[in-house]
Amino acid sequence: MNADIIALVALVSIALFVVGLKRLSRIRTARSGNALIAGGMLLAVVLTLVEQGRIDWRWILGGLAVGSAVGILIVVRAQATQMPEIVARFNGFGGAASALVALSLFWGVVIEPVSADTAFAALGATAALTAVLSVIIGAVTMSGSVLAELKLRGTLDGSPRIPVRTLLMGLAVLTALGAGLVAIGSVDETVAMLAVIGLVIASILVGVILVVPIGGADMPVVISLLNSFSGLAAAAAGFALSNPLLIIAGTVVGAAGLILTQIMCVAMNRSLLNVMIGGFGGAVEADTSDYVSITSSDAEEAAMVLEIAESVVIVPGYGLAQARAQTAAYDVAKALQQLGVNVRFAIHPVAGRMPGHMNVVLAEAEVPYEMLFEMDQINQDLPQTDVVIVVGANDVVNPAANTQPNSPIAGMPILDVAGARRVFVIKRSLSPGYAGIKNELFDMDNTTMLFGDAKKILDELAAELQKAAKR
Amino acid sequence: MGEVLVSLYVFVIAGFLGFELINKVPPTLHTPLMSGANAMSGITIIGALTLATVAEPRVSVLLGALAIVLATINVVGGFLVTDRMLATFRTRR
Repeated sequence: MNADIIALVALVSIALFVVGLKRLSRIRTARSGNALIAGGMLLAVVLTLVEQGRIDWRWILGGLAVGSAVGILIVVRAQATQMPEIVARFNGFGGAASALVALSLFWGVVIEPVSADTAFAALGATAALTAVLSVIIGAVTMSGSVLAELKLRGTLDGSPRIPVRTLLMGLAVLTALGAGLVAIGSVDETVAMLAVIGLVIASILVGVILVVPIGGADMPVVISLLNSFSGLAAAAAGFALSNPLLIIAGTVVGAAGLILTQIMCVAMNRSLLNVMIGGFGGAVEADTSDYVSITSSDAEEAAMVLEIAESVVIVPGYGLAQARAQTAAYDVAKALQQLGVNVRFAIHPVAGRMPGHMNVVLAEAEVPYEMLFEMDQINQDLPQTDVVIVVGANDVVNPAANTQPNSPIAGMPILDVAGARRVFVIKRSLSPGYAGIKNELFDMDNTTMLFGDAKKILDELAAELQKAAKR
Repeated sequence: MGEVLVSLYVFVIAGFLGFELINKVPPTLHTPLMSGANAMSGITIIGALTLATVAEPRVSVLLGALAIVLATINVVGGFLVTDRMLATFRTRR
């Protein structure tokens, strides 16, 4: 096919990506937006295959078939509660693919031909350098995403501190860069090959060192950052192959991921650097003193308070997703609505383990999105709210963020539920949240704890309220 | 203007475009947006397709073929999972 025509069709793909992303960012048009991007991708793939002309198709068709089958299988087998893990996993595949593209280019141009050229000479400076970048970013994305998935699944627990982490990280990054430079500057094929292997290993280590100490409530930041990286890796591969389609699509994804990362950081009042350091950044005087006046009760008593309320706000947290209590929570909300109560869900931007996690979980239970309110929309209503039910959330409702300037979470925007007339907190125990501090909310006079499994308690609540509605 | 410079222009402008496109996304859509963008980063499949072109199972071809597999998983799975999420969003109203 004529090269100009091919370039023009690629432009159509780019247009589909841009329009698709725009539509993806509005609720009403989101699904069609996703379809448009997928269409753009299909067009680009077909175009590339046509452009190749007569080639051996076995690898390509085999690869496409296997990849599609595995992709479909993963999605079909995934449960809705596993979404954060699935997103992390696909992210890792994308990063690995970009690294492999650069490696394949390197092998094909430098190691396999019998010439005495360095990659620098054979590929040109830009392509050689960006190929190295593509390997580094891609491998970091891969190992980081694998760790993130293990953490999200709970296979890997906690967020262990690595001693002298900054130093190790610096060393790994320098090793990767050094090995990369040797690889592209070496005439000797064996040296170049060994250097590339060193480059890959060092980059994988960077990803591990980056993600290992980060966990829990910081996962949304990590996931969006890795998402950004997967785009940047593709963009770097685009530079190496001088393919504008890869550069544009990859960079747009990189920018989008960075924005999300930024939104997540702002929602926690922390800098990206602070999150990357791990833990709650060497906590300042964390208050871990004991609770003094905890009141606890059961579903039956809570239902009696709820049925005479006029307004109820439900605050979901990661505990709700973990207990798969979203349907039970909606049952409670529906029962309350039958009793004429104004029910709303209040969603903190970093509740859960990925950006928008609570929205996905509640959508799965078919909670209408008109019932979901963002922190800024609902905070001023909370003091006039009769009852707040906190389900498996902790740090995002801790008043210490506003009242204690020394608290590690000081200044973090929270859902200000402490001002409501009554607060019920459904939680397994008094164990602290990710920040590792006491939650003053639990100690307040207007707070009643409902200890136990979130799903079980919400089911009981819903049953009690339905009984009340029939009366 | 050399090819490298053109690529750099494209890169910078695409960066701004990304910021503009995604700015002010409602939190409800954070997850699908991330997941859809993630599928889009599988664009690297195009690069992989241009590399695995000869029959001979050389290292470069094998690496390229593996890249095709992984990128395809990313693309196909990513768009499907995004669609699945958005389908639950749509049943309302």
